[in-house]
Order: sequence, then C-alpha cells, then structure tokens
Amino acid sequence: MKFSVVVFPGSNSDYDAFYATSRVLGEDAALVWHKDTDLQGADVVILPGGFAHGDYLRTGAIARFSPIMSAVKAFADRGGPVLGICNGFQVLLEAGLLPGAMVRNDRIKFVSRVVAVRVEQTDTPFTVACASKQVLNLPIAHGEGNYYADPAELAELEANRQVVFRYSSAAGEVSSAHNPNGSLNSIAGICNRQRNVVGLMPHPERASEAALGSADGLVVLASAVKSLASLSFSRN
Amino acid sequence: MAPVVIDTAVLERHGIKPDEYDRILQLMGREPNLLELGLFSVMWSEHCSYKSSRVHLKTLPTAGPRVVQGPGENAGAVDIGDGLCVVFKIESHNHPSFIEPYQGAATGVGGIIRDIFTMGARPIALLNALRFGSLDTALARRIFEGVVAGVGGYGNSIGIPTVGGEIVFDEIYAGNPLVNVLCLGISRIDGIVKGAAKGAGNPVFYVGAKTGRDGIHGATMASAEFDEKSAEKRPAVQVGDPFMEKLLMEACLEVMKTGAVLGIQDMGAAGLSCATSEMGSRGGLGMSIDVMHVPQRETGMTPYEIMLSESQERMLLVVEKGREHEVEAVFDKWDLHAVQVGEVTEGSRLKIHERGVLVADVPNRALTDEAPVYRRPMQEPSWQKAVQKLSLSDLGSAPPAQSAFDRLVAVPTIASKRWAYRQYDHSVGTNTIAQPGMSAAVVRVKETKRGLAVSVDGNGRFCYLDPHRGAMLAVAEAARNVACAGGEPIGGTNNLNFGNPERPEIMWQLGEAVRGIGDACRALGIPITGGNVSLYNETEGQAIFPTPVLGVVGLLDDASKTTTRIFKRSGAVVVMLGDNLGEIGGSEYLATLHGKVLGVPPALDLAREASLQKLIVGLIRDGAVESAHDCSEGGLAVALAECTFDSGGIGVTADIALCGDKPFLSAEAPGAKVEGLSGDWRTNATLFGESASRILVSASDEKLPAVIAAAKAAGIPAIVIGKTGGDRIRVTVDGKAAIDSLVADAEKAWATAIEQKMTGRAPL
Repeated sequence: MKFSVVVFPGSNSDYDAFYATSRVLGEDAALVWHKDTDLQGADVVILPGGFAHGDYLRTGAIARFSPIMSAVKAFADRGGPVLGICNGFQVLLEAGLLPGAMVRNDRIKFVSRVVAVRVEQTDTPFTVACASKQVLNLPIAHGEGNYYADPAELAELEANRQVVFRYSSAAGEVSSAHNPNGSLNSIAGICNRQRNVVGLMPHPERASEAALGSADGLVVLASAVKSLASLSFSRN
Repeated sequence: MAPVVIDTAVLERHGIKPDEYDRILQLMGREPNLLELGLFSVMWSEHCSYKSSRVHLKTLPTAGPRVVQGPGENAGAVDIGDGLCVVFKIESHNHPSFIEPYQGAATGVGGIIRDIFTMGARPIALLNALRFGSLDTALARRIFEGVVAGVGGYGNSIGIPTVGGEIVFDEIYAGNPLVNVLCLGISRIDGIVKGAAKGAGNPVFYVGAKTGRDGIHGATMASAEFDEKSAEKRPAVQVGDPFMEKLLMEACLEVMKTGAVLGIQDMGAAGLSCATSEMGSRGGLGMSIDVMHVPQRETGMTPYEIMLSESQERMLLVVEKGREHEVEAVFDKWDLHAVQVGEVTEGSRLKIHERGVLVADVPNRALTDEAPVYRRPMQEPSWQKAVQKLSLSDLGSAPPAQSAFDRLVAVPTIASKRWAYRQYDHSVGTNTIAQPGMSAAVVRVKETKRGLAVSVDGNGRFCYLDPHRGAMLAVAEAARNVACAGGEPIGGTNNLNFGNPERPEIMWQLGEAVRGIGDACRALGIPITGGNVSLYNETEGQAIFPTPVLGVVGLLDDASKTTTRIFKRSGAVVVMLGDNLGEIGGSEYLATLHGKVLGVPPALDLAREASLQKLIVGLIRDGAVESAHDCSEGGLAVALAECTFDSGGIGVTADIALCGDKPFLSAEAPGAKVEGLSGDWRTNATLFGESASRILVSASDEKLPAVIAAAKAAGIPAIVIGKTGGDRIRVTVDGKAAIDSLVADAEKAWATAIEQKMTGRAPL
C-alpha cells in the first residue's frame, strides 16, 4: 500500500513520516509537493509536522490554499484515510476537515518532550491495531497545541466518540497534571464524524524505532496498513 | 555619492585606527571613498579579520587523516566513512544577544545553519553553549528567557533539532552573555561545495531575503566593548526569518545537486561586502556587481548601506554560464527569486557599480588576506598568582557534606537544563539517539549504522585561574564526554570568547588558552577544523572570564552501542576509572559554598587522558559497561547523583576513600598550595573536588573482571566504589556517613531548580 506525504514549503517532519512508512514499516511512500494536484495513487495521506508556510499568521492558516489540498479534501470525502500530525493536524482544522481550533499552549512556551497518550477509540484507520486504552509514549513539539472547541462542539465530539487520543499518565490516568498544553478534555487527537480523518499533536513517526527512545508510534502507522483491507473507498 | 572628507571622526566611527588607515592608503594607492572605507571597516573588523587572534590560531593542529576541509571555508569537514563526511562549526552571537536576546540568539542559529548547508551538507543537529549572569537577577532572567526562546524559535521552525549543549551561570557574564551555537550536518564527500569564485564571465546570483538597513555595522559592533550607550545599538541587530531560511536551505541543497553551482557563500557578518570579496580572493579572481540589481526592502538605500547590510537569509552563488535556467527553476519551485547581480572577472578586484557607474574599486585581497595581523603585546595579569593561592583558613569552616550536596545539585550551573531544552524541538529529524541532558548528544547517520556523539564544553573559571590549563581541560572534557557516549573523537571546533585584546593581560589569556587548546588537541588527536573568535566581551572595563568553548565530534561505528550516564538497573557494580585527588581549586563547590574563585584548576596528564578515553570507548563498544559518566562540576558526589537521575529512582550506595595530600602539595604550581586542610575539608574535597580524567561506570558482576583488566592494561586505576540499588543516594567517606538522600528528593531539586528561579514558584 502507498502512503503519500504532502510537502508544504515549511514542512519539517515530511521526511520523517516518509522514512517511518517506507524504511521502518516497509511500505511504499511518496513525497507529494504542495503545488501538485495529484496524490500519486495514495492509499493513505499524511499531512506532516512543521511550519507549513512559516505560520506567522496562524498555524496552518495558509496551507489550506495549497493546490494539493483540493485533492486531499476529495480523497477524504471518498473515505480515504488522512492523518494530520502536529502542524498537519492544525492544517486539517484550518481546512475544515476536522472541527475545533488550536490556540497557544497554556504555559505559553514551546513544549518538546515525550508524553503518555491514551488511545480512546480503536475504530479509526490509525488506531485499529491498538488495544483499547493502550498508552503510547510519543514526543510532542509544539507551541500551539492547546485544543479548543466551543462547548456544543466539544459535547458533540465526545458524544460521537471522536476523541481518539488523550494525554494521560503512564498508567493511563487522565488529569490536568498530565496535560502538557491546556487542551480541553486533555485532547491530543480527534477524528471526523466519518472517522477516516484523524489529527493528533504528538508525533508517532518520531517514535517508530526503539533506537529513538520509543517505538510506540509505529502502531499508529501500522494501523493504516491493517485497516486498508476493511475499509472500502474509491481511489483514482 | 557626495564626497565625504575622511577625517579622524569618520575613521573613529568606522573603528579604523590611524595606522590602519595608513595601510589602507598604501594598499589602495589613493584615498578611499566612503563606501570603500566602509568595506575596509567591516572586513578589517576583529569579527571578520581575526586580526588579533590569527597569529595564535595558526598554531592549532588542523590536519589529520580524516580531515576533508580544515579552517578557512564556511565550515570544517571530517570523513566518517561510507563516502560521507560530517560538516560542523561553532559560532558566537554574543553581542547581539545582550542587546536583543531573542533576535540575537535566533539569528546566531540562522547564521551557523547557513554555514553548514552552504557547504552542501544537510544540517541534522544543533548544540549551544550559553553563559549568563546569576538567575537571581532580573536582567539575567530576561536575557536567559529571550535567548532560549530565540534558539528554539529559529531551530524549531526550520526543523533542525537542538540536541544538547551546556549552560553556565555566573555574574561575570551579567553584562556580556555568551551565545555559542554549533551546527552539524552530513554530506557526501564528493558533494562538498566551496565558497570560491570560479571562471571569469560566470554570472553571480543573489538569492534569498531582500536587503534592508538592518545590521549595518553589526560586525563592527561585535568588535567593540559595551558601555552605557550599548542599548542604542539595537538597529545593528538583525531580525531572523526561519521560514525564509528553510526555503533557502532546501533550495540551495537542491540546486547544488544540479552541478551548475560553482561556488556559494552566505551573507553573514559584513553581508555582501564579505561574500563578494571572500569569494573573489579565495578563487584568485575578481568580481563585479551592480547594487541596483540587489533586491531591496527599503527605498533610497545607498550603495554603502546595501554593501554593509547584515540582513539575514541571503546567499551569493557563482553559476556556470549557460546553466542559469537550471538554477532559476529550482529557486522558482521554492518561490524564491534568484537575480543576477554581477559576474566573475579576470584580475583580483572587487568592483561595485551603481546603475553602471563605478562607485568602489578595491583589490579584494586587500579586504581579506591583507587585512592587518597584530601580534598584540601580552602580559600575565598582575593578579594571576594571587588568585591561584588558595588558603583554606581564609574560607572559614567547611559546611557538612550533606548540606553542600543539597546546595550543589540545585545550583543552576549543575541543575537540569530541562527548562531550556524542553523549549527546543530535539526529536525532529528522527536521528536523536540520546535525549538532551546527557553528557554528550548522540545522533545517528541514516543509511549507515554509524552515530555521532557531540559535546560542547568550557570552564571559564578554570581559564581565569590558569588559561593554558583551563583550555586543555575544556578540550579534555568535551572529548571525554563524547567518549563516554562511545564516540571516538575525530574533530573539533573552538569558539574563543575573551575581553578586549588591546589589553595585554587579555591577550595573554587568549594566547595561553590557544596554546592549551593546541597542546590538548595534539595529545588527543583532535584536529581543529574551524571556529570563531569573539573579543571585546567587556562592559565598562569588566571582562568576562576567558572562555574558550570546545565542540568535539566523535564517531561511533555502531550507534546502537552508545550509552548514557543513567544507571540501568539495581545490582550493578559502580567503578571509578581514574584518580580521586580532591582538587578543589576553581571548583563549583568553592564558588557556591564559599563564594570564591581561587586556586589552580585540576592537573591534567594528557597521556593519561588519552588512555582513559580509548579505554572507555573500547568498554562501550564491547558492551562491558552499562553506563558511563564524566565527573566534572560538583565532583564525584554530584556525578554519582546524576547517574541516578532519570533512572526511575535507582539509588546507589558508595564508599569513597578519603583523598590524600597530593593535590594540596602540588609541586608544579607552587603558588597553589592549599594550607590548613583538615577534617571536613578533606571530606568535602574528596566528594566535590573536580579532578580531571575520571569516569564513573556501572557494570555487571560478570563483566567486572573484564573492566578491571582493560583498565589495568590501559594503565588507568579502576576502583570499585559501590553498587546500584535501593532508592537512596548513600555515600560514605572511609566508611563515615557523608551523604544520604532519597533519589526522588535530590532529583526533584535538581530537575526543578531553574524552573523555580524563572517562575518564582514551585513547579507542578
């Protein structure tokens, strides 16, 4: 199967996602330039981390106008699995593919460290290989990862089981003490109503080999491979 | 431009001394115009010309079987096998970081990154060595906060991980913080591109950010002392745009692969003046440009302003004639506009035009190779011998070891730097093998099994007390840290941070320090492949401690063999390799507990140091040890505690033999005799002395005989001092209780000390 990783001019984790899917997972992978309009036969699309267009305005605010985003939207509308990591998650929010918004971390500063993340839902293409309530050790590195949604939106997210990942303790306990950025309901990642579009702030691709300190993130990428058989969507 | 009479006031404003002006007249064969004077001013500044340090730097060892590129280019390069080389250099941005901490630090990071990708290497890691005043002052907290945010803001955006470094706090740096940044990249050896002009008639392209009025005379500013008017120099600090640099980096690396780029240089200090004259003189050719083609951010800029601007994120390229379209196509892809500003010419002159009219015409070697070289007078400071004398009777009573330990683990220089490195993206790039906070940073080299261990170290206190020995100790510590991660040291880069070189005692410090670096590098087999000199680090006559910072790169053939300081399990045997001599001269203990910077720094036997480093590299490669940690600030006791930190609470029980009289009766530094040693003094010297050439390792019972045998063969003492286990740090001296702390308590104090200083409250 083929992972297509979109490259915005300020992406900086594009190659990391490419490396994790191709070299570590052993799948086909392609880097797709943001000015292109063709996803190169993708089975899975990844919007990687970085600072897509410098993000001096608002993280991810300009990336949604890149030509490739029309193809990403069409792919998502057909049910294709799309994963937005960190800045890619922010781009998905700005593009309206996921609900809610990101604001500055509650402690203002950029935060870079390994955190524990609890898997809340296992019926998405990026968690299907996870155990229920499995705790993953994943790095975060962001200045604006404080997830916000208005109360109605938040209630709907919870009611529809769209919260896919929550920050937690190593034992899986969710509390404000384990929330690194002030996200509402300790949200680290969510999916859309159709469950095929997932965004998360932690970096699974940076935790894909034991040599890097954790291989916990590989299950997120491997889930996509596992789910492909059970997902039916048309690709061009 | 309107003719300006060059009088003493104009010369003074340009930082040009009367004898230097005489030399300009001689080299030019006529009076320069103001633009030409400006070119000389920036190119002959200390920052660009190394005029005070050059005679000393020439004595450093720069050759070695692995050296691909020594000093003189944008960065050095060392062979790491498989047709690859590591390209690295350290550079300072001290003066701008005092005036405007965020932008000063950010543009310092941007500048060194450009030096690395200019060579054709992809940058994969950043480290920094920082010095600030005491965090008990609002000024130091503000500068520290801004510098850390600036370092992170730039590196995080561009996506190069900041993987390590060191931070020291001392009031001597209150008015002159140090920001030294090391960048390291990987290139194919045959992919290295140099900063030399080639082939008369080839076009010269400008690409990147537009030129503005920012940073004019930045290099000159960095070559003067500070006074109460320094804040007025803010316009001389540049503003960084990491997104622009990201585009430039990707585009330049892509365009270099076409083979159409014959030479490339970034416009850093002295901007376009430096890039044009250095590329010309390196290539033995001339260059002719017209400033009207230079993209400008502001209107009405004069040729003087355009040539001297230090606007960031700009590059100058020499392109093979006829292949311009290939280069333009790559820059177009990245939405960058590459414009031809001139061409390479026969001869050796830099000719600057304004709309076709010649406005400056200078032999480019006059700006570069023929810049003045000073053999400035050197004089040992009159106070030098006095500060080396350490009399314990002057220090009062010795505090109990436990309270000294409690203080030391929480002193900002020793405490965890997580408050800083948690603001740095250290995992981007998926090469980071060692997490920040270890003795050395370790990154892997993708597509190979290899890894690179890197450390930056310098101890200004030691160098103040004895610059020659202090500098040797800096080289030894950086190399030892790299070796403790399993890396065989293969190359070094130095950043010399000193006061005003026009003062003979400062020049003596610099000369002695460079001599020390040379001695240690020769003994340890470390070629210096490049570096940076930052002088005039003084405010109102108060110079910083002489602070040479050494960056050492080590090679691991198998990155998976690396180890860290952290104890891995209970029940391991703890062994000290080396001698515990109890040397407390210049120690953190004396500074923190007694407020004194006195004595001589620890002795260093370079031959033994080399043997120790070979020993530890071999033990790690063979999997004989489970952890390895250098003993430095805070001595053996702090090093033992650091081995328990981040381990998940694995404790240690150790008994240390009381140190002898040897260091206190040292014959080699007769002025340094410590008088009146007794009782608790000796216990504290045993625990907190900073003797060099010591490494703490842990090993299994099964491997212990191999460790002892290898040490014996290397001629290094190996003393079993204790065992890991329990949840306490228990240290006795000759069986007598000295330290007994819960790991969790000591670790919390260590981990959160800086956070508490910065926020004024206890952390969560």
